[in-house]
Amino acid sequence: MGLTPPANVKPGLATPLPSTLSSDERAKELRLKAQTVRRSVAEMIGRARLGHIGGDFSVSDILATLFFSVLRLDPTNPAAPQRDRFILSKGHCAAALYSTLALRGFFSVDALKTFVEPLSPLNGHPNRRKVPGVEANTGPLGHGLPVGVGVAIGAKLAHADWRTFVVLGDGELQEGSNWEAAMCAGHRELDNLVAIIDRNRLQQGARTEDTNRLEPLGDKWRAFGWDVVTVDGHDHSALYQALSSPHPGKPRCVIADTIKGKGVSFIEDRVEWHHKVPSPEQVELALKELA
Amino acid sequence: MNAPVDIPVPTFDCRVAFAETLIELAKVDERIVAVCNDSVGSSNLGGFQKLFPERLVNVGIAEQNMVGVGAGLANAGFIPFVCGAGPFLTGRALEQIKVDVAYNNFPVVLCGMSPGMAYGELGPTHHSIEDLSWLRAIDGLGIVVPADPAQTSAAVRWAAAAGTPCYIRVGRTKVPAVTPDGADAFGFSRADVLRKGADVSLVATGAMVSRALAAAEVLAAKGVDARVLNVSTVKPLDEAAIVAAARETGAIVTIEEAVIQGGLGAAVAETVVHHAPVPMRILGVTSFAPTGTAEFLFDHFGLNSEGIVAAALELKTR
Repeated sequence: MGLTPPANVKPGLATPLPSTLSSDERAKELRLKAQTVRRSVAEMIGRARLGHIGGDFSVSDILATLFFSVLRLDPTNPAAPQRDRFILSKGHCAAALYSTLALRGFFSVDALKTFVEPLSPLNGHPNRRKVPGVEANTGPLGHGLPVGVGVAIGAKLAHADWRTFVVLGDGELQEGSNWEAAMCAGHRELDNLVAIIDRNRLQQGARTEDTNRLEPLGDKWRAFGWDVVTVDGHDHSALYQALSSPHPGKPRCVIADTIKGKGVSFIEDRVEWHHKVPSPEQVELALKELA
Repeated sequence: MNAPVDIPVPTFDCRVAFAETLIELAKVDERIVAVCNDSVGSSNLGGFQKLFPERLVNVGIAEQNMVGVGAGLANAGFIPFVCGAGPFLTGRALEQIKVDVAYNNFPVVLCGMSPGMAYGELGPTHHSIEDLSWLRAIDGLGIVVPADPAQTSAAVRWAAAAGTPCYIRVGRTKVPAVTPDGADAFGFSRADVLRKGADVSLVATGAMVSRALAAAEVLAAKGVDARVLNVSTVKPLDEAAIVAAARETGAIVTIEEAVIQGGLGAAVAETVVHHAPVPMRILGVTSFAPTGTAEFLFDHFGLNSEGIVAAALELKTR
């Protein structure tokens, strides 16, 4: 089954929410989108009995802000050369990405029902060869940023003005390849590249700081030559500002302080919900809280 | 039948042909870029850097990032030639090769410089003898091992236009010319019969091809008519040529500058066992190498005329 955009999706590179929108209006729209993504994720994972709900919920506001108020994309032409690039390095949060892509018009929301079913294009980790809107296949951690650095170098070589955004998990920063890429991006002063850290402070087995300490995280990125901005990762206005404002001469690192499982009381900030699957009753409860 | 092979004394290695061809291509195609890991010298990219300083992306000593950057450049519309010493490019960045390049299906050309045991005395850390095995396991990644400078040049031209991920071994060992000059020197997934023969097939790749030709001459003097196949694409293998060799000569010796588990010999054996079982001998590297020059190590592992002849005669007299 191939994924194609619904008939009513308009062609052309665009950002859905205009920059002229007031901050409050934008935040209101983005909150609705993010909650829609979360409800979609709850339904997908409840149905599939598989997924990473905690990280999906922590990253939902970041994805909504990017796809609806920052990224210039054309769902009818996913390979448009001048598009902005988005890479989800924490590929295990594919359910949130797929939901966002469907909501943005890359394919029908109906297709989300096939998530991880046999032969579905919607694998447990994203595959660009099957899912329009996916720029790079991820899953093993520490892959997204090096690829993003290459894309950003390419934009510089092509004298193109499109930008590259990479979302990383915080636990993922324990992979050394990220720091190879961070050093390279800082050295090359890639001011067309933004790395967003979903800083929910939990990794699969425990808290990041109890496992392999990341702090002082901002200092680390600054030391590598990045412009560092720390925001509340659930504050859409702050996210928009951090993701859309220029950062001349340096790549930008947005440390987005988030809550793993954000939006559902019994899932929030609990390590077991990294990839625990909610029961049907819990899905119903979650959907009520996310209404 | 076959004219005696007059093998001229080699004067330069395949890296020269590689670099000259890459520069020619880059002059007419702005999408061509080179990515390397502080290996401008060892990858012979100095000339490229002089002509196209911006298009030489040196990421420093960081192979995982290097391969990821290559994939990203492909996403951005470029044709990246990612160059590093074979052992570090393929060993350190194996998962990036699998995921960022092959699984993404980005047209990245991975150039394994100075592969095999070219770094002789530097020891097993610097030998790239496992590359054929572990890269053969990766879906969709072509594996090219040119036998001489002309074939290296033709393979680089093919890779730039192919639009698919591939790995090319760019040899440092000085080798004689064994293929005709020109574009036809290399055909992807094509094995070339360099010497006709009906008694046994010597199936070789890379720097071992000229050795197979030399061995065929020795065998001829002993009354054994050996066919020599140059397998410059290890994957996908030219199965028709291998099956024909098996059926028409009844015995196969494979010779490669690589471990015998999973490389050329294994690929040939997989084909032969499915389609035309015949006795085989697989010559290659059988352990971490002792100290010695590449030439010494070829002799140590029997990757020379004597070793090839002995294996062929053993097959014919069993």
